[in-house]
Order: sequence, then C-alpha cells, then structure tokens
Amino acid sequence: MTGRRAVEKSTTPTPASGSTKRAPQGRGTRRTPGLDDEPELIQLLTPAGERIDHPDYPLEVTPQEARSLYRDLVLVRRVDAEGTALQRQGELGLWASLLGQEAAQIGSGRALRPDDFAFPTYREHGVAWCKGVPPVNLLGMFRGVNNGGWDPNENNFNLYTIVIGSQALHAVGYAMGIQRDGADSAVIAYFGDGASSQGDVLESFVFGASYNAPVVFFCQNNQWAISEPVERQFRVPLYKRAAGFGFPGVRVDGNDVLACLAVTRAALAHARSGQGPMLIEAYTYRMGAHTTSDDPTKYRSDEEVESWREKDPIQRLRAYLDKQDLADAEFYAEVDREADELAAQIRAACLALPDPSPTSMFDHVYADAHAQITEERAFLADYLAGFDGQEG
Amino acid sequence: MAQVTLAKAINAGLRRAMEQDPKVLLMGEDIGKLGGVFRVTEGLQKDFGPDRVIDTPLAESGIIGTALGLALRGYRPVCEIQFDGFVFPAFDQITTQVAKFRARSLGTVRMPMVIRIPFGGGIGAVEHHSESPETLFAHTAGLRVMACSNPLDGYWMIQQAIASDDPVIFFEPKRRYWEKAELDLPATEPAAPFDRARIVRPGTDLTLAAHGPMVRTCLDAAKAAEAEGRSLEVVDLRSISPLDTDAVAESVGRTGRLVVVHEAPVFLGLGAELAAKITERCFYRLESPVLRVGGFHTPYPPSRIEEVYLPDLDRVLEAVDRAFAF
Repeated sequence: MTGRRAVEKSTTPTPASGSTKRAPQGRGTRRTPGLDDEPELIQLLTPAGERIDHPDYPLEVTPQEARSLYRDLVLVRRVDAEGTALQRQGELGLWASLLGQEAAQIGSGRALRPDDFAFPTYREHGVAWCKGVPPVNLLGMFRGVNNGGWDPNENNFNLYTIVIGSQALHAVGYAMGIQRDGADSAVIAYFGDGASSQGDVLESFVFGASYNAPVVFFCQNNQWAISEPVERQFRVPLYKRAAGFGFPGVRVDGNDVLACLAVTRAALAHARSGQGPMLIEAYTYRMGAHTTSDDPTKYRSDEEVESWREKDPIQRLRAYLDKQDLADAEFYAEVDREADELAAQIRAACLALPDPSPTSMFDHVYADAHAQITEERAFLADYLAGFDGQEG
Repeated sequence: MAQVTLAKAINAGLRRAMEQDPKVLLMGEDIGKLGGVFRVTEGLQKDFGPDRVIDTPLAESGIIGTALGLALRGYRPVCEIQFDGFVFPAFDQITTQVAKFRARSLGTVRMPMVIRIPFGGGIGAVEHHSESPETLFAHTAGLRVMACSNPLDGYWMIQQAIASDDPVIFFEPKRRYWEKAELDLPATEPAAPFDRARIVRPGTDLTLAAHGPMVRTCLDAAKAAEAEGRSLEVVDLRSISPLDTDAVAESVGRTGRLVVVHEAPVFLGLGAELAAKITERCFYRLESPVLRVGGFHTPYPPSRIEEVYLPDLDRVLEAVDRAFAF
C-alpha cells in the first residue's frame, strides 16, 4: 500500500455493521457541528466482533496470532489494574491507567519490529509490554525509587516522558539518526489528544516532514486531557491535520486491535520505504481516570462512559474468537490464570524495589566528575555519617 | 602563526571535531550555505554535506528536541542557537529533557550534546539579541555551562565540549567574535581543561573574576589600574558550571580582595554565588567584602543606552576603588 492512497480511501466511513449503538463521540452538542459528527474510522473488527475488510489495510491473522493478541490485551489490562491497586494501597505515589486503550497500544506495539524505537508518554504500558520491557520497570518512577529507571536502548523503548509532547521531537531526531545510519528501521512517537496542542508536537510534524524522517506519529485520542475535552484541542479532526504538514493522516478505531495492527504496520512500512512520516489517530477512550489523582466524575457523564464500555477492546476480540471458534473455555481460563500470576509477580517485584541510597541522587547526573556534585555529595555523606551510632 | 579571530577559531575547532569523529553533526538555523549569521560555521556544509551540517526549520525547541533524539541514536549534535534571547523556546527541552536524561536512565545513556549560544551585548542590536542567560542554565543540574573569551579557548573549548559525554551549554561572546590572536592551529596546546578557570593576568592586590566578554574588559581595567599603581589579577572563569571556586579562592588567598564582573544582572547572578563561596572559604583573608559589577534588574535596555548597562572599564575601576576604600 502507499500511505497517500490509504488516506484518500480512509475518508470513506466504514460502517460498523452489527453495531446498533450510536457513534463513538456521543457528545454532539459540545462539538463543532458538521466537523466531527460521524467519526470516520478504519475498522477491521466491529464492536460485535465481526470481521470486516478494508481495501487499503488487508490483514491476515492466524488463529494463533488472534489468540496471542487476546492474551496481550488481557495481560496488560491486568498489569494496569495491579498498578491502580498498588497505588490505592499506598505502594505507588501515582499511576496512569491505560484502561480502555489496550487495543491501540497492543495493536500498534505488535506492529513494531525489535529494531523499531518507541517513544512513549507515561501511559504506554501496553507498548512497553510488546517491546519486552519488564512491567516492574514501569513502576519505579510511580513508586518514587527513580525518575525513569531503565536503559532505553535495551528494548528500543524510551523512558516515559511526563512533559507533554516533548518525546515527539526526540522521536524525529532518532529517526533522523536512522536515516544517517542508512538503517531501515522506523520510529513511533506516542502522544495524546491534549499533546496535539503542544508546540513540540507541531514542531515534530514540521521536522519530520521537512527531513522525510522515518517516523510514525501515533496519537491516542482518548477524548480527554485530564478534564479538557478534545474540543478544547482542535476543531478539525486531528488526523486531518497531517495533510497541512504534508504527510498522510488516518483515523483508526482505537478499540479495534486488528485495525490498529494493520494501520500501524502500513504506516511503518511507509516510513521505512523512505516516504516519510504518517500520523495515526487512534480514536479511543480512557475508561478510567487520567491518573489516580484525577476524578473524572466531575467532568464527564456516566452515559458517555457507558457508551464506550460497549466498545470494549477485549470483549470485541473475544466475540470474534468465539464467532470463529478460535478459542475455548480452557484457553480463556489459561489466560486468566496467567494474568493472575503476572499480577502477583508485579506486586512482589514492586514491594521488593529497594529505596535508593540517599547519596544516589548524585549518581549519573554527569558522565564525568563535576565539582559541585562532588562537593555536595561529600557534604551529604559526612552529614549523614554524623548520625551513625546515635540511635538508642 | 596567523592572526585568527574568535569566530574563525571556533570554526576551526568545529571543523577539527567533525574531521575526527563522523558522529559529530551541526544543527541550526542558517548554518549551512550562509555559515550562520556570525559566519561561525562558514564553509562547513560545503565540506561535510547537508546531512552533517543541518539547516533546520526555524524552531528552537525542535532543534534541541531532535538533537536529543540524535544523541540517543549515538550522534554528537552541536546545535547553534542564533542569539541568546532565542534560546527560551528551547529552554524546556534543555532543562526538562536534555539535562535529566542521563540521570533518568540511571547512567545508561550518554547525552553528548553541545548548544552554542552567541551571548551578551555591545553590538547595538535590537531586543532579545544581547542577553546573558548563563546562570539560568547553571542553576540546572545535568548541564555543563561554559563561556570562551579568546580565540585559543574558542578553538579548544569547543572541541573539549564536543568530546564531553555531558550536555554543554557553550556561550560565545558575540562582541568578541572579531578579536584576534596569534594562533598556530592545530599545533597550539589547550590552555587548560575545560572545567578549570585560568589566571590570564597575574596581580597581587585584588582579583577580578570574569568570563566571556568581560574578560577583555577586566584585562583593560587591570592595565589601567597598573598605571595607578595597583596590581590586579584577572581570572577567566571559563566554566560556570562547574564553577572553579578553588582557583578563585587561591587567587583571593593571595590578593585579599575580589570583584566579580559579568554582563548578566547582578541580582542572583554568578557574582552572588562567588561572593558567598569566597566569603565562606576566605573570610579571614578578605580585606574587603566581595563586590559585584554587572547588569541591572531591568530588561536589557535599548542599544542607545546599553553602554550604561554594560560594565565597562570605569565601572570595574569604580568597584576596585570601593574595595580598596574598606
């Protein structure tokens, strides 16, 4: 496929056959009339689990692959639930839940090759899973034992980035490095709908387009930037912005793991073949709070949340597996058992994370000796040593 | 030996770094065919190509953010910010991302990036073209901040900065770009490691500490004071973070007096830090309080009155007089 053709085609609405529910946004009165009333989505799996084809995004999924995707979805939802539980029990200072966005993350994450580099925000636990990052690594920052905590080059998965949109530029720079190395890998930059207002994201579009960098911009439009709705971020559907920067943009059903997989694969192929960036807007919904500090009941309706519950990415794939007779009760039980085990492992690993030593704050600030750091470390070490033997 | 300007010396230093390491890249606005608005990168794109001397879109945050990505990929980007006042759109990337990346990765990632900034006033420019934001960066851990003051240091310090695995904010005194020195490049030796201060004029009665454009001003002041029978020692700080307080304390230990001179506002500036440190370390040796000469707590003024704002020989000598009057 070529991305450009895909874009033109993608503007044709794909009816969600089998779905009698109303269109995903369900908040028409607050939207700009006529601009976004009917989201145009690339969809390969209806909310009822029926497989549909898209001419530009053909996808062959073996039964084994379909079951594997289901397993991923269930496991990352469980990782996420454990993160939330750990926060509620006081073991994490904060947790950013991915609940509802599993398909966007697993679909795009499974499209990546090992040599593709991913630049996440702080919510891409599912992408981390696909890149082979041990889930416990994700907890360090939230537990307060480090401010990042892993080697980005180990799994080609960058550190979580909290400042909104910063990582989109890092992704483009990394992609420029790939170009200079003559490699054929690609980069994917994750960000949310709120980040689309940030200058850095828009600058990353400019740089990515200007240098034709092999980068895929993957926006998870989960409808809310904490309490700010998407209408506060843009009046034209986000994916259409790409045209203004000179590269293709597509909107995919972000709760459809197959569509996310197919479209991301296509976008990565587009980038690898020297055709430059592509923007994917994964139209999805954050079912939980922005983070555990947030209270979404203050700004959004139960009705809205319920309308999205019917599009649940896991139930959708399960319905497909059942319709196709690709999985049985034993399989589901096994996945659930695996999820239980994983959750227990994560909990144990989290509780076992050691507190850093007091002087570790001076470690790794500089590669080479730095006088201020050396002096202040010595001061703190001496000061703390003064307490030795004073107990009791 | 040839007469070499500071701008040419930095150009030669960049060229040598690019020759020695194919991972060194230059990035910035107008640095290619034009050679930069100060011509510091002149001729480099012709010789190294547009993939290594990269003309960027006009977006400072974009320059630094993409440079971070290139550094993560194993490159050593050297970014040019066109003027001091234009670094602020990139301030977020520099302070929240570049400075912290190594620590956040627990030391697994190097961030060998240089951000070159022509800084300071005295060239009659419009606003945002004459500022001295060095302590804003020095206040952020994870960055090295340095300023060259002469062609020899310009040539070597830029190479030392590029060779460093830490991110370096490299300030170049734009009003000194055209000052010359006798240099035999590349046969000359570096004056000192890049994080050490250097005594550029020995003296016995008072220490003047300065960096960047004010080193020349202090040397002129010391020369004038000599005619009045006072022997002033001039320390070129060179590195602002880390600050070589040992060198200044040693000098003050001998002279007993310190005047710190910089163009940046005095309030909470580098002089405040040095005054505190030297008072702590040299309290019983000091014959007078540490005095500061610098800019005022105002926006950088319009150029018709910038000479009033900027420390000059007379302002420095006035402070010297006050120090001796104690």
